[in-house]
Amino acid sequence: MPEQTPILVVDDISKSFDALKVLSNVSLKIHSGETISILGPSGSGKSTLLRCINWLEKPDRGDIYLAGQRVGRKEDGQLMTDGELAHIRAQMGMVFQNFNLWPHFTVLQNVIECPVHVLGISKDNAVVRAEQLLEKVGLKEKRDAYPYSLSGGQKQRVAIARALAMSPTVLLFDEPTSALDPELVGEVLTVMRDLAAEGMTMVVVTHEMSFARDVCQEVVFLDEGQVVEQSTPDKFFSNPQTDRAKRFLTRYV
Amino acid sequence: MTDLEIVLQEWPRLASGFGNTVFLFAGSAIGAFLLGSLMVGPMRSRNKIVRVALHSFVDGMRMLPFLIFVYLLYYGLPAFGIKLDAWTAGLLGLIIYHCAYVAEILRGAWDQLPAGQTESAQAHGYHGLRLMRRIILPQLILNSAPVFGNQLIYILKDTSFLMIITVQDLTYAASSIQSMYFVPLEPFLIAMALYWAVSLSIEGLVRVVQGTAKVRGLGRA
Repeated sequence: MPEQTPILVVDDISKSFDALKVLSNVSLKIHSGETISILGPSGSGKSTLLRCINWLEKPDRGDIYLAGQRVGRKEDGQLMTDGELAHIRAQMGMVFQNFNLWPHFTVLQNVIECPVHVLGISKDNAVVRAEQLLEKVGLKEKRDAYPYSLSGGQKQRVAIARALAMSPTVLLFDEPTSALDPELVGEVLTVMRDLAAEGMTMVVVTHEMSFARDVCQEVVFLDEGQVVEQSTPDKFFSNPQTDRAKRFLTRYV
Repeated sequence: MTDLEIVLQEWPRLASGFGNTVFLFAGSAIGAFLLGSLMVGPMRSRNKIVRVALHSFVDGMRMLPFLIFVYLLYYGLPAFGIKLDAWTAGLLGLIIYHCAYVAEILRGAWDQLPAGQTESAQAHGYHGLRLMRRIILPQLILNSAPVFGNQLIYILKDTSFLMIITVQDLTYAASSIQSMYFVPLEPFLIAMALYWAVSLSIEGLVRVVQGTAKVRGLGRA
């Protein structure tokens, strides 16, 4: 297979919170259509890494490139303005652990909000698309409900539809099932599996080992802010190379 | 003629005063709200100078009696060559004074808003005024309707101070009927009833907003 240009490049990212070094020299490449999962113990810097990708956290060092475009900084190294950063963030979807749906809007309004107000799509077109997406995540009948009245699993599926409505180049998931009751995890993972099968490019921070093993093309194992292992799920789960990965796997699998 | 008949005969005076009061109230409530909304973002700015300047303004206004502020605007500013007519000074005074309270109410409500609300909006391409208008502000309003209701009532009552600078509001009308005909009670009772009527409408509005918040699971703070 010829070497493709990666759609998302994380190039030598470091990040500290005060004296605490959270990420050290992390580099990744994600190709279009790939699903990768980022695994690691709590406090390993997984979520920070994901939040650096769309600059919700500003990396201290290193660069992010989305489809060849530098994120957060202009070509000359100057910081982007809020507007420029917003423009590039709009090309990445993000799904949060705590859903962060907007409670003052209905389900449908949550899904059409960004296409209409950020992308400038007409409301009629946005509604048609939103209804398709809600059908895809199995929540068409909830279109006029408020997020308040939904279960966690339903909220997270709406959040996925909201992110998809922007037709993102990549979709970032920050522990999407960690806040859910165990019996609600499955419905969210099913939607994510379908997306992966359709060729959506996804970066998933997760503790769901079965998802990482069955769905992802690549697994990145992070510990103490460093990439310790990076391989296919088969290799990682059956034959981890480092002691840290072995210890992690005995605890989580 | 009984006292009541005198007052009824002077009804046009009361009606016009009441109209002015409602106009002053509505105009300054809208103005204070818009200005306060614009201030609350910069009050949380990363720039310390901006932050300190706005907080000083807000605290300064809140520590100053409204009457003194209006006096300064109307009788004090001419010393610096700025002469405002009574209506301009009154309306401007109400807006500037109460926008400080509005900004403070919004700032407090914003502190209670989960950071994830802003983050999910930013992650989807929002920033600046659009983020404020579409995502933040509606939630702040829904979450603090009763406090806003209180503030609206203060604005309404503060309009009555403006008679001191010759604005012909409802209190001015009642007071002039009282002094023309020496009827001490009725004009003020009627004025009081009219202030109550507006206050009750404000309370009604608050209840509507609270209902809107409740079905969305908001406003339970």
